[in-house]
Amino acid sequence: MVEPSDARRMSIIVTKGTLDWAYPPFVLSTTAAAMGFEVALFFTFYGLPLLLRDLDLAMSPLGNPAMKMPTAGAHLGMPNLLSMVPGVDAAATAMMKRLMKRKGVASIPELRALAVESGVRMIACQMTMDLFDYRLEDMIEGVELGGAATYIEVAAQSGINLFV
Amino acid sequence: MADRTLDVKGLNCPLPILRARKALATLPPGATLEVLATDPGAVRDFEAFARTTGHALLESTRDGPVFRFLLRNRT
Repeated sequence: MVEPSDARRMSIIVTKGTLDWAYPPFVLSTTAAAMGFEVALFFTFYGLPLLLRDLDLAMSPLGNPAMKMPTAGAHLGMPNLLSMVPGVDAAATAMMKRLMKRKGVASIPELRALAVESGVRMIACQMTMDLFDYRLEDMIEGVELGGAATYIEVAAQSGINLFV
Repeated sequence: MADRTLDVKGLNCPLPILRARKALATLPPGATLEVLATDPGAVRDFEAFARTTGHALLESTRDGPVFRFLLRNRT
């Protein structure tokens, strides 16, 4: 028996695992929880690494034409070709982390801890866990396993359902 | 004079809201919390937070770069 949709419930399907794309699900889920929402995050595909105990998030300017970083008063992008040079992606990641810290933006580990503390449900897609040979033991405490039907049921009861 | 002051100057979204919610949870019903922030987004955020949670936003002022919010814990 499916309960009617509740405007104070939110679900987010998390499919990306880069440093930048880790932010929307963790920012939205912690904020919604702070505003009295019940929240569930469903991690699948490249979102699964966001559940690993040891987070090693990276990002790349490759194929990211909208990524123009504040540099000396202007916004500068990086040519795709440059991403092929060893160390460039690591430098982009380090630069982003420095920028976040300088601007007082929470780190992903901090936001994730706040999410867990606020009771946000962390559900890992069973199928893609198997696909990529991820083990539950490598993930943080409290991760539930679920399949598509698990998600559909959660979504049917949630007023806000997002896909990141 | 607020019952407690929370300084979140220098912190960006969503930290001001998250820290405020945590502080309110430790205060008794009806107690007031003063929040000092520098994040301009916090102005609209605290309005939305108050409307959605039932904690009252009694004051929302600005002194140069510092925004001051006075919240009252739900009773």
